[in-house]
Amino acid sequence: MALSEQEILEGLAEIVNEETGLEPEEVQMDKSFTEDLDIDSLSMMTIVVNAEDKFGVRIPDDEVKNLTHVRDAVTYIANNQG
Amino acid sequence: MSPTPTTSPRRVVVTGIGATTPVGGTAPETWEAILAGRSGVRPLTQEWVAEHELPVTFAGQLHTSPADVLTKVEVRRNDPAGQYALIAAREAWADAGRPEVEPERLGVAMGSGIGGVWTLLDQWEVLRTRGPRRVFPLTVPMLMPNGPAAAVSLDLGARAGAHCPVSACASGAEGMGLALQMIRSGRADVMVAGGTEAAIHPLPIAAFAAMTALSGRNDAPERASRPYDVDRDGFVLGEGAGVFVLEAEEHALARGATIYAELAGVGMSSDAYHITAGEPEGAGAARAMEEAVSDAGLAMTDILHVNAHATSTPVGDLAETRAIHRAFGAHTANLAVTATKSMTGHLLGAAGALEAVLTALTLHDRRIPATINLDNRDPEIDLDVVTGGPRSLPEGDVAAINNSFGFGGVNVALALKTYR
Repeated sequence: MALSEQEILEGLAEIVNEETGLEPEEVQMDKSFTEDLDIDSLSMMTIVVNAEDKFGVRIPDDEVKNLTHVRDAVTYIANNQG
Repeated sequence: MSPTPTTSPRRVVVTGIGATTPVGGTAPETWEAILAGRSGVRPLTQEWVAEHELPVTFAGQLHTSPADVLTKVEVRRNDPAGQYALIAAREAWADAGRPEVEPERLGVAMGSGIGGVWTLLDQWEVLRTRGPRRVFPLTVPMLMPNGPAAAVSLDLGARAGAHCPVSACASGAEGMGLALQMIRSGRADVMVAGGTEAAIHPLPIAAFAAMTALSGRNDAPERASRPYDVDRDGFVLGEGAGVFVLEAEEHALARGATIYAELAGVGMSSDAYHITAGEPEGAGAARAMEEAVSDAGLAMTDILHVNAHATSTPVGDLAETRAIHRAFGAHTANLAVTATKSMTGHLLGAAGALEAVLTALTLHDRRIPATINLDNRDPEIDLDVVTGGPRSLPEGDVAAINNSFGFGGVNVALALKTYR
């Protein structure tokens, strides 16, 4: 059964917390990964790989640069989950 | 004591101390345990010991887990070697009172003998089992030997340089020596210096055992590290970090810093004799000791204490004894010698740094810790080894040396003095 956007957001927030120590509630839809959450490209790659494992999606490297905001990642995962 | 020559550029003093070791999570805890003669060597309880049928089943593991001290993210982003360095450097920095210094005048010299062996082999396993995309993106900065130096430099905002001497078991001492030279030469006013090592991993254990360097006393781990004893059978692997905050004397005095001791000199040499064995007559080691004393502006007869390298190997302890006699001659009888590895095991690239820390505390507290497990002294070891309990230093100015020798024929001696 497909996960809701809210469930994906919560799962993503856990991954971000694990990687960066940011509190899960700081990970909100309108936040930019780089500007607001201060996540660098190396951390972003780890978050992407962990998200692939958690949600059963494949996020190609070319796609990662389009995921500037949390909403972009949540939407991509929602639309591509297996 | 001989006067310091007027040509001496800048005196360098120890104003902060930090350590995380098999006997304590901090420098004061470590010092208390060392004075009490407590061993930090224990059986290894990890599954990998049986899985790999390791011939040696004990080591001196850290007393306090880094996970109890650092954040989850710091643990995740640093190899254990970097974690230990961060813990000890932060302690030393706080102990020094967080000196105000321009970032361009603050440097780091943090040695490591082996580097991030846990990261290297963990990520190799990730690559083999899960493929390249799952390899952690921070693998390279975590496994590189200068990762700990870089982590400390980032943490403290040190911009005068972040160096990592790599010289096997002399790396930590070389870190102290390099820092001394950087302050003297004017490249920095304050240095965070030392060594770190996290190599209690099945591969180094198997490899050191393969060269019969390790003690095999699996039935009595706390008794296994026994420098100078006739029944010594090899060293005991340890881990941890030791750090000094070193400061130009005038910088320390201007801010009213507490001064533990003076780091007065360093001597370095190489044997060019054998890749692992020290030259048996100790000529290179003796030269390092002589140069350290001369570099400090002292006479050999000013030295009253030696914190020895003394790893508890049959050949190494004897070679160092010969080197001490060669360097000090008849004055050897006046040297109170101790081997603190009897309690901590051998911290490899952190050993010289930890032992420099212990030597500074010896001079500051004026108490020499005893060597434990010395039940029957090898008759060929004709040194005055402190045993049975701490021995007081005499009144007045006292100087000491700390020896470290590494694979590759590396010899480093540090000379420290009481500061008054």
